[in-house]
Amino acid sequence: MVPEHILLTEDEIKTLLEKYYITKGQLPKIKTSDPVCKEINAQAGDVVKVVRDSLIAGKALSYRLVIEG
Amino acid sequence: MMASTKRIKRIKFGLLSPQEIRKMGVTKIITADTYDDDGYPIEMGLMDPRLGVIDPGLRCKTCGGRPGECPGHFCRIELVAPVIHVGFAKLVRKILRATCRKCGRLLLEEPVKKSYLDQIKLLNKLGQPYDEIVKNVFKDAIKASSCPYCEETQMDIKFEQPTSYIEDGHKLMPADIRDRFERIPDEDIEVFGMDPKNARPEWMILRVLPVPPVTTRPSITLESGQRSEDDLTHKLVDIIRINQRFQENREAGAPQLIIEDLWELLQYHVTTFLDNEVSGVPPARHRSGRPLKSLSQRLKGKEGRFRGSLSGKRVNFSARTVISPDPNLSISEIGVPIQIAKELTIPMNVNSSNLEECKKYVLGGPNNYPGANYVRRLDGRRVKVIDENKAELSEMLAPGCKIDRQLKDGDLVLFNRQPSLHRMSIMAHKVKVMPYKTFRINPSVCPPYNADFDGDEMNLHVLQTEEARAEAKILMKVEENLLSPRFGGPIIGGIHDHISGMFLLTRGNVTFDKYNALELLKKSDSVDLPDPAGYESDKPYWTGKQIFSQLLPSGLNLTYRSKMCDNCEICQKEECKKDAYVVIQDGTLLCGTVDEIGIGAFAGKILDRIIKEYGAVEARKFLDNATRLSIRMITRIGFSFGIDDEDIPSDAKEQIHDIILNAENGVKRLIEAYEAGDLDPLPGRTIDETVELKIMQELGKARNQAGDIAGYHLGVDNSAVVMAISGARGSMLNLTQMAACVGQQSVRGERIQRGYMGRTLPHFYKGDLGADAHGFVKSSYKKGLSPIEFFFHAMGGREGLVDTAVRTSQSGYLQRRLINALQDLEVKYDGTVRETRGQIVQFVYGDDGVDPSKSDYGKSVNVRRIIQKVTGEVVEG
Repeated sequence: MVPEHILLTEDEIKTLLEKYYITKGQLPKIKTSDPVCKEINAQAGDVVKVVRDSLIAGKALSYRLVIEG
Repeated sequence: MMASTKRIKRIKFGLLSPQEIRKMGVTKIITADTYDDDGYPIEMGLMDPRLGVIDPGLRCKTCGGRPGECPGHFCRIELVAPVIHVGFAKLVRKILRATCRKCGRLLLEEPVKKSYLDQIKLLNKLGQPYDEIVKNVFKDAIKASSCPYCEETQMDIKFEQPTSYIEDGHKLMPADIRDRFERIPDEDIEVFGMDPKNARPEWMILRVLPVPPVTTRPSITLESGQRSEDDLTHKLVDIIRINQRFQENREAGAPQLIIEDLWELLQYHVTTFLDNEVSGVPPARHRSGRPLKSLSQRLKGKEGRFRGSLSGKRVNFSARTVISPDPNLSISEIGVPIQIAKELTIPMNVNSSNLEECKKYVLGGPNNYPGANYVRRLDGRRVKVIDENKAELSEMLAPGCKIDRQLKDGDLVLFNRQPSLHRMSIMAHKVKVMPYKTFRINPSVCPPYNADFDGDEMNLHVLQTEEARAEAKILMKVEENLLSPRFGGPIIGGIHDHISGMFLLTRGNVTFDKYNALELLKKSDSVDLPDPAGYESDKPYWTGKQIFSQLLPSGLNLTYRSKMCDNCEICQKEECKKDAYVVIQDGTLLCGTVDEIGIGAFAGKILDRIIKEYGAVEARKFLDNATRLSIRMITRIGFSFGIDDEDIPSDAKEQIHDIILNAENGVKRLIEAYEAGDLDPLPGRTIDETVELKIMQELGKARNQAGDIAGYHLGVDNSAVVMAISGARGSMLNLTQMAACVGQQSVRGERIQRGYMGRTLPHFYKGDLGADAHGFVKSSYKKGLSPIEFFFHAMGGREGLVDTAVRTSQSGYLQRRLINALQDLEVKYDGTVRETRGQIVQFVYGDDGVDPSKSDYGKSVNVRRIIQKVTGEVVEG
């Protein structure tokens, strides 16, 4: 049910931010209290990649910044 | 004097204290008179010149400004006795009940009070609303029966609309209330969510009434020279009069009863000055009997100051009239009445190359179309062109002037129908000036506007700058909106007669001789004929399919199944008996019938393919030609429908009767089985539900069978059948109901159950489960309904009406909220969706980055089409 969440490495984060020409703050957020964050042990400041099944595109990629809460 | 512009830093809301009112008031008003015999305003009267001026030539005695410059100044009326401000009547009651009648303190224990205060302060700091907490404060405080501080027993306070408060049988006078409120300590006021510095509760009881400046209540001078005062001035006169009488009476030592009466009257006048629509108060009326317009009515509601004057936007260069159809116009055109064309103008810069043209317009003047209405001369003056000066103006016209030219054929204008729910609700059309008084549009553009011709009105806007025209030409023309961004298919296409006509032309092998074939194609761009399909007694003839093919662009290849297709197990393809298999090769219709799925709005496959492969302009030409051709075809045939077209032969009627009789017997058997307990319940259903379901099935089957018989006997040449199977209008179900049997009426998806105890109407036995007792209508509309059937039909019909009413309002609000939430999102060049701060909402728009209006029915690529194009192999779809 819950789509796959993958923690990104520092390098991956850097290339992601460069690709979209953004700062971390412009990413969508996810709270550390989210069950999936606890599962993959994501800390505030991390970025997770979310791979969702999409009816339109098959797989849809999304990235979320982990925040305190 | 020029006022300097300043930036608003913040806004403070609060109540006006008497001191503030006195400070901002430039004078006290003591006389109820306005003007003296010479027509000059009386000092200290309601039109005192210190309040600002409205008569031209006078100067304001406060700021020295002339009318228009002086914004007006407040003054005040000192009320002899305090009165309650109606706008706060409910709050006054709440505070009265929540505070002690003796010491004025809030009726809450110290710790409780503190906890509430902390919560309010916290929320206030966070900038969040604290209404809920204040609500609880009042709820808790009202419960107290005695004051926790002075132990005074509290009494219940009754509130009588609109402004009287009764404590233990005695009426509380506003003065008493004011005294009580004055005793409330500052910190208790904060618990009410009020700021004691800006809003003390006693200020809700008025002792000084601010009088709005004359600019807010200008008097008008009638033609007779008589002055007519504004409603507010009238009301203020009343207040001053009563105020004076009150004072005189009190000074003369009048009895308490009279004083109280006058007090009440003063309260009434102040109340109706502020709000003349309070329940429980008879509205104050003008001499003519018209209710006066109070302050609150000026602000409130749709036509009030906020929604009507401030948020309301009005535009120039626009026109509105009734629309009517004209199938001979192109879909990109709009017929504009000549009266409107003469009124609406387009600004034109005069230069050396268009000087002669401009001179011609100006020489035409405002009345000889096409003319010009205004000229801006080289010195910058704008001169209205009239018959008297047109020759002179035309003579002096030189490069650098500007003229306002009247609308003429070919100008691009915006056309709009409310509600503007999607972007196709406003499209750019080319003007075609026409006689008579309605806007004319091609009926094919009705679907995007959701328009019909039962009296609909539409708006037209004339673009005033080159930039606007360029933008409209590229983005808003009808051609650019043939495809809907909703599903990536055509939203504009043939409707109604276009489809019937095309169906009749292309079905089977309709043949025409040369004269008739050319006659049909006469209004199209292409009036050539291919080689004849054959010869009959040495005369060549052409088929309808050939004639239609003349409109198709060469090189078009397409294969699909039309609306008539029965989805047979094994498709006969080209040999289809119903001619439902459509094959177009190299722009020639080889077989199949063109119907709704071919050229219809929302569905048209041929249209869709032409738009996507040949572009919007080609598609527009095709649609214009195809609709003209089908209109010519249908007029040739003379397509009509009358009451006798619903007639079916008597043996068909008998068959239908038998079917219904059988069904009723079937229902009887079901009921018998149910009563005997022999009925097996369906999985997940009770026995009662099962019998209902089975009865519905039985009766539904009967109606369908009846419909089939009626359809068979009406034959495929019946106009209604043609319309139904071609998809032009109506369905076979509609026909069944007209000719054979209306069928089961339902309320909430069930057979009709409501009415009396155990039965729907007193004509039936209690517990009767039979078909006719629960709304089965066996008659047809043609035959007519029995009174009982009619009643059930009305029940079902009413439900439908209520449903649509509820649905439209709900979906409208839902859409409004969605649009409000999404309106600032933008797809950036990198394909991400971001909001205004740059926050990413979606990494790839719609997960696939496809613009639905450029997609193929929502899909990014049509694989079949590519295969067909590359390999030439016909792939269905």
